[in-house]
Amino acid sequence: MTTYAMVIDTRTCIGCGDCVVACKNENKVPAGLNRDWVVEATRGEYPDLEMEFRSERCNHCGHATCVTSCPTGASHYWKDTNIVLVAAEKCTGCKACIAACPYDARLIMHPDGYVDKCTFCHHRVDRGLDPACVSTCPTHCMHFGILDDRDSVVSRLLRERRYKALMPETGNEPHVYYLL
Amino acid sequence: MIEEVLATARYNPKVDPSLGIWTWEIAFYLFLGGMAAGIMLFAAWAVLARKQETLTFAHDRFALWAPIVLSLGMTTLFLDLEYKLHVFRFYTSFEPTSPMSWGAWVLVLIYPLMIVQILSTLRAGYPALAGLLERIPGGRALIDLCERRRRLVAWLVIPLAVGLGIYTGVLLSAFSARPFWNSGALGPLFLVSGMSTAAVLPILAGVKSQERHFFEITDMGLIFVELVLISVFLIGLATGARQHMQGLELITGGPYTQPFWLWFVLPGLLVPILFEVVGLRGRRAFGVVAALLVVYGGFMLRYLMVEIGQVSTWSEYAIQFDPQLFQRLLQ
Repeated sequence: MTTYAMVIDTRTCIGCGDCVVACKNENKVPAGLNRDWVVEATRGEYPDLEMEFRSERCNHCGHATCVTSCPTGASHYWKDTNIVLVAAEKCTGCKACIAACPYDARLIMHPDGYVDKCTFCHHRVDRGLDPACVSTCPTHCMHFGILDDRDSVVSRLLRERRYKALMPETGNEPHVYYLL
Repeated sequence: MIEEVLATARYNPKVDPSLGIWTWEIAFYLFLGGMAAGIMLFAAWAVLARKQETLTFAHDRFALWAPIVLSLGMTTLFLDLEYKLHVFRFYTSFEPTSPMSWGAWVLVLIYPLMIVQILSTLRAGYPALAGLLERIPGGRALIDLCERRRRLVAWLVIPLAVGLGIYTGVLLSAFSARPFWNSGALGPLFLVSGMSTAAVLPILAGVKSQERHFFEITDMGLIFVELVLISVFLIGLATGARQHMQGLELITGGPYTQPFWLWFVLPGLLVPILFEVVGLRGRRAFGVVAALLVVYGGFMLRYLMVEIGQVSTWSEYAIQFDPQLFQRLLQ
């Protein structure tokens, strides 16, 4: 299995939201719906404050509870990778996967009714390109690649820098990492 | 102090500001699914215990109610689907890790068994209906066969009906992402609650005093077990991880305190058990009111569980974005 990862540097992310716009354009995400979003996290007590921006999306988990909970097989892993996709033609809109995602990263694609989410732009990955959000980022704080490859940028960054993933305690094995 | 704010406009319908994907339709399905399981269990038990003289309704007539109740529930389940045309997809694959897939396939076994269970007592319970069926070629032979195998059918019903009742709880408890639901007590709780709501139906149907007395006593016992299981459920939350404790806070001081205790536990469990005691002393009206309250309590249990579970979560963001601004842009 090939494990893809996204590594986002919270030190250089300025929370501009270009990743969000790029995703909406690339994937024709309807108005009012979002596959990715930016969180502004502030810690501490004034005046000792610390702030980070996090561009968040589906974590393309190694143990994705959305996949295991899907009753029709619509939620699945793409081509023996950790990229989680939804096959619209199999989706009943039962919303079990939405309840199963601890990151609330899924949405209902209105007006059709099937469930949708970040795909890591697998159609671009298939052509050897980065996801649209990574390609667009003006501060180059986002990186994408194969985690199993020791020479990939993502592997190197995770070796060299301190990082975190969101709520690994869920047991879902998230694959979006944030450099600290 | 940690403050996490969504800085860009995420306001996905039914996901933000807190999950609201399932409402009354799912609660109604879980309620009626449990009730159908309870009906099947009582009907099967009456046959196995040879209670045709004392529990006539349960022995001969009750089984017919189960498919009607379950089908009503299936209708509301269908109403909840966002992509209704794809409902057949439940039956194009079997996903062993998905409780919902198990439920869909168990129903394929349950429905034929329900029909066989009805046929096994149709002549005694609904002679006119049996007469109609006997006019169809093979109808008489089919009823004869089911009648001869009545006890075998009842034995088969027991595990499947218990499975159906427990499944209605497992459907929610299997979601580890929703800490309030993630309790092993939910399956048994929903089964016992389903049996309790089924036990009061003969009382509402106006059965004779001996049978009514049996169901009132049985229901009191079931409500007591339900109270024990709710206590186990709450203890599980109180002794769980941070997310579980936060789930418990929702009903102990949080926004769902009043609905849970004042709208469910008091009128749906405590008052009925009290009224049933009074009803047993000859005041029949109290028994009927208690039965109605049990049905109400059974639905409220599911409704509140479905709602509170969705509010309990691992991630909580403050949402900066005002969706009304977006609506203005669209105008």
